[in-house]
Order: sequence, then structure tokens, then C-alpha cells
Amino acid sequence: MPTKTTPGQDFSRGIWRENPVLIQMLGLCPALAVSNTVMNSLAMAAATFFVLFCSSLLVSLFKNFIPGEVRISTYILIIATFVTVADMVLEAVVPEIHAELGAFIALIVVNCMILGRQEAFASKNTVGRSLLDAVGVGIGFTIAMLIMGSVREILGYGSFLGYPLFGSGYEPWIIFILPPGGFLTIGFVLLVMNWWEKRKADRARAGTLPEGAVGRAA
Amino acid sequence: MSGNGEGRPLPQAQGAPEQKETSSLKLLMTLSTAGALAGLLIVFVHQATQPAIQAYKALKLREAVSEVLASPARWDTLYVHDGDLVLAPPAGVDVATLEMVFLGYTEEDSPVGYAITGGEPGFQDIIELIFGYDAEAGVVLGMKVLGHKETPGLGDKIVKDSAFVQEFRGPEAPLAGVKAGRQTGAANEVDMITGATISSRTIIAIINNQLERLGPMLEAYLEEVN
Amino acid sequence: MGNMAWIFISAMVVNNFTLAYFLGLCPFMGVSGKVYTALRMGAANVFVLTVASVCAWILNTFILPYAPYLRLISFILVIASAVQITEMTIKKVSPALFRALGIYLPLITTNCAILFMAISQTNRSYTFFEGLFFAWGAGAGLTLALVLMASIREDLEFVKVPGIARGNALVFIIAGILSLAFMGFAGLLSS
Repeated sequence: MPTKTTPGQDFSRGIWRENPVLIQMLGLCPALAVSNTVMNSLAMAAATFFVLFCSSLLVSLFKNFIPGEVRISTYILIIATFVTVADMVLEAVVPEIHAELGAFIALIVVNCMILGRQEAFASKNTVGRSLLDAVGVGIGFTIAMLIMGSVREILGYGSFLGYPLFGSGYEPWIIFILPPGGFLTIGFVLLVMNWWEKRKADRARAGTLPEGAVGRAA
Repeated sequence: MSGNGEGRPLPQAQGAPEQKETSSLKLLMTLSTAGALAGLLIVFVHQATQPAIQAYKALKLREAVSEVLASPARWDTLYVHDGDLVLAPPAGVDVATLEMVFLGYTEEDSPVGYAITGGEPGFQDIIELIFGYDAEAGVVLGMKVLGHKETPGLGDKIVKDSAFVQEFRGPEAPLAGVKAGRQTGAANEVDMITGATISSRTIIAIINNQLERLGPMLEAYLEEVN
Repeated sequence: MGNMAWIFISAMVVNNFTLAYFLGLCPFMGVSGKVYTALRMGAANVFVLTVASVCAWILNTFILPYAPYLRLISFILVIASAVQITEMTIKKVSPALFRALGIYLPLITTNCAILFMAISQTNRSYTFFEGLFFAWGAGAGLTLALVLMASIREDLEFVKVPGIARGNALVFIIAGILSLAFMGFAGLLSS
């Protein structure tokens, strides 16, 4: 059933309100695994964006040709094709980054976020709306990756995009570039987000905010 | 799922009337068409990207071999087959399954030494490296770590500590690792990194194990060549 | 045999799939409220991992050398089919087991751990048995992480947790501490 939302809403909800990583908790595997530097985070976000965009494009173009019984298999086939393409292109163009991302590029195919968008939206809406949705979610994913990557690189390497920030005396907080750091970072990011939402809800209840501006209730 | 039987451009199964449930033929056709198109796209991109990918791999190999053999003028790729080193594997044998060893030559065509790869579990996961070996003198010429997952700041000193890497220019095989302050001056000693003993020990073990296994073959091939 | 032991223990604790590689997080967060369900989920994972390892080995040995670029597509389609067939077989053979596993089986298809295992097995050129031990080690590790998290969460029910930390924030912080603890296993198998 086509949605009753406006194009603007289709675009904007994926960016923050229904952010795929931080709100919907999808696509966590790449978000945690390769977010130890900002460059890796951006590369993974770009690859995922590419796959999401192309998959949504094809699925909404051919939605009337794909019988219901095989739709999941077909979506997976389409997504896997674009992931293979992205993998090969990355290896040819930026081999060092490809080596750092490693097997996690292939894992984009099981990123529930992409399959979810096809099933929930692209298979039921026009090409234009599906692309808007894909771009919105893609931007949301990129933002989440950027947040994770920045925290981990700044604390764990003392640099940003490879540029040292604190001078040679800085003792890097190595735990943040190791696996525990991935978990702790997203845990604390969620903590901060929850605190922010609670603050907004408390303020709204106290009557400080106007009616329409309340976020999710605590 | 919304009805999708109306006005389909795809042909219906052999004269069957419009059905609520799509026929197996249509399902098969959809998947096959999608599969065929997917395959085409992948093959196309594969052809387009292979040159760049192979060029990069060759470059990395060239750098690694040059580094551990101190920039030889050229080198031969030798294959381990049936307990011998051969320049060209026999017909019918898949080259990709054979272990490779590189033999570097100076400009005057005299052998500099072998470049041999190896990998074994280190502290966290497998450490891969390439090392140079002069079979005539029995001396290790150099070592370069190709891949590892050791702890940043500790185990990764096997890459970052240039003094450690330099330890591998010239010691006699088989190598013996010694902790700092315990050197006795023997020709086969290598100082291990304080705080990364296990990673250091693994590197030494990889080299020793490879040489133990390949040593006779290396010497035999040199005799053939000379 | 020593090699197999290393592969198994490395996959189970030293490089635990969930706590070191962030795989299998969907079930890790969703299912791990009770030890009972965590064990069942872990067992289902071990089964699918085994099937996937064998299928990947067959594909790698007989079919993919002719078309290496089709690896990802063939892996994911085979895994999805294997899970489907497993589900149908279990339903027919042992309805009780099917009821016990419930919805966990279909969820495993999108579990990145299965695909990662197949790809790693390929990249490291494991033999048939090395691949099996790798799959079992991975499954044991996933189960271990699930059960640990479940037992911690069961105990947490009796504790007063600050409002802002409730839910996934707390799960991730606990996971971070578990991951930190598991880092202690590094060097377990070295000489």
C-alpha cells in the first residue's frame, strides 16, 4: 500500500527520527566493526549508500514484475549483486581502505536495513519516493557512522581523518579502537540520546516547550 | 501482498488462465532473468576492475620482495612441487594451489637470496610475513610483516618498531629470540620486543619453521642454478 | 590436530564472533533476556553454521573456481535456502523441536555470523574439517556470548537501573565490559 506521507517526510525520517543505526538498531555490525577511524566509517557508509540506492532503484522499478513468493530471494539477489560490484570497485580504486574494511563489505548484504527498506517501502512505492527514502536512510546511516568513527578515532588515535589533533604528547585511549570500544561508544551515544530525549520530555511536561515540539516520550 | 496478476507483460504459463497464485514457471523465470542480469553486471564490472586489482597486488609483492632482499635487479617465481622447487609447474597442475618462493638475482645474474612467505598464529590471530634468506651463507636478509591483528600499541610494534625489524638483517638461521638484556652475542640472536614477547617469538618461529621445511629444497635448487 | 584445536578455541573465545567481531548482534540484543532461549538460539546457530560450512566448502571446491566473482551471491542464496530447508525438515521430522526453536530459525538467515564464517573459511583456505571446527568454534562462541549476556540480564531484573540507561544502552555497555574481559583470552594458545 503506498504511504500517505509527503516526499519530504519520506526523505527526512531516515535521517534522524528513524535513524537506522541509533533508533532502529539495524546495521550494527558494520557500524561497530569498521568505525574505528573516520575514513573507514565514511568508506563503509559510501558503499552502503551505493548499495541501498541502487537496490531501491531496481526494486521499485521492477516491483510489478516480481512475484510475491520469490520477492525476498530476488531482493537478496539484487542487493548481493550491488555489494559484489561495490566490493570490486573499492578494491580497484582504494585498495588500502578495502583491505581495512575486509570481509565487512560483503556483510552489507545482510544489513537488515537495506532488505528492510526494500520490503517496507521500495516494493510498494514509486521510484521517486523510493529513492528519496533510500537517500534519507543513507544519510542517517552516514551520520551514525560519522558519530561513531569520530569518537573512536579522536579518543583512540588522537586524530581525525588521519590528521593528529593533540600533538605528540597525547597518550591515545587505545581501548576505543579495539572491540570493547565499539560497544562502549555506541552504549554511551545511546545513553546521551536517551538523556536528551528525557530532558525534552521533562521540559515539555513542565510546559517549557510549545505543544508540537515534543520528541518521543520518555 | 497486493494482487499482481493483472496486465502482466510477462507471458503466462502455457495457456493457463490468470491465477491468484503465480505459476512455478513464472517464479523460475523471474529468478532466472534476475540472475542472468545480475551475472552480466558482475562480469562486466569484474572485467573492468581486474587490471587495477592485479596491478596493485603485483606492486605490493614487488615492494615486499624488494624490501626483504634489498632491491634485487630481478627475481624468479618458483613453485614448490613434489618436494622440489621448479621454475615452471608441470602442465595440468593448478598454479594457484602451489606454494611460491621467490629467488632474487643481482644484475650480474648471481642469486641474492630467496624471499619466502609464511604465517602462523600469533598473540591475537595469524601473523603473515615475508622474509629474505641467503641459502648459501645461511643468513636471514630481512623481514616484513604483511598482515597481523596484534594489539595496537603493544603487539603491533612488530611493524612499528624499526629497530626490531632491523634485527632481521643478517642473523644466522636458525634464529634464537632473546629478551632484552640477555644477549650473549651469538650470531643467530634476535632481540625480542619488551611487552610483545609472544608476537616476536611467533615471527622467529615462522621463519625457523619455514626454513626447516624448505631448507633442503632451497639449497638443491641453488646447486642446479649454479 | 593441534591446528584444529587452535581454530576451534580461537573462534570460540580468543576471537569471539560477537564480542570481537560484532557479529550476530540482532539475536544478541533481542533474544538474550533468558538463558533458556539463549541456549536454544545458540544451538540453532551451531546447526546452521555447520550446514553453511559444508555448503561453502562444496561451492569453493567444485563450482566457484570457475566464477570467483559469484561467490557472495552463491553463498547468501545457499545459506538462505539451507535455512529454509532445515526449517522444513525439522518441522516434518520433529515437530517438538520445531516448536522449541520457534521463530529463531528464520532469523538466522540475516545473521551476519553465518556469512562471515563462510567468507573467512574461504579467505583462509580451510580444508573440510578445518572449516567444520571453525564453524563449531564460532557457534560455541556465539552461544557463550548469548548465554553470558542472558544470565547477566536475568540478574539485572532485580537491580534498579537508571532510566536513561535502560534498554539497549545498558546492553551495549555490558557487552563492552564482556568484550574487554574476553580480550584476556588473547595469547591463550601461543607457545
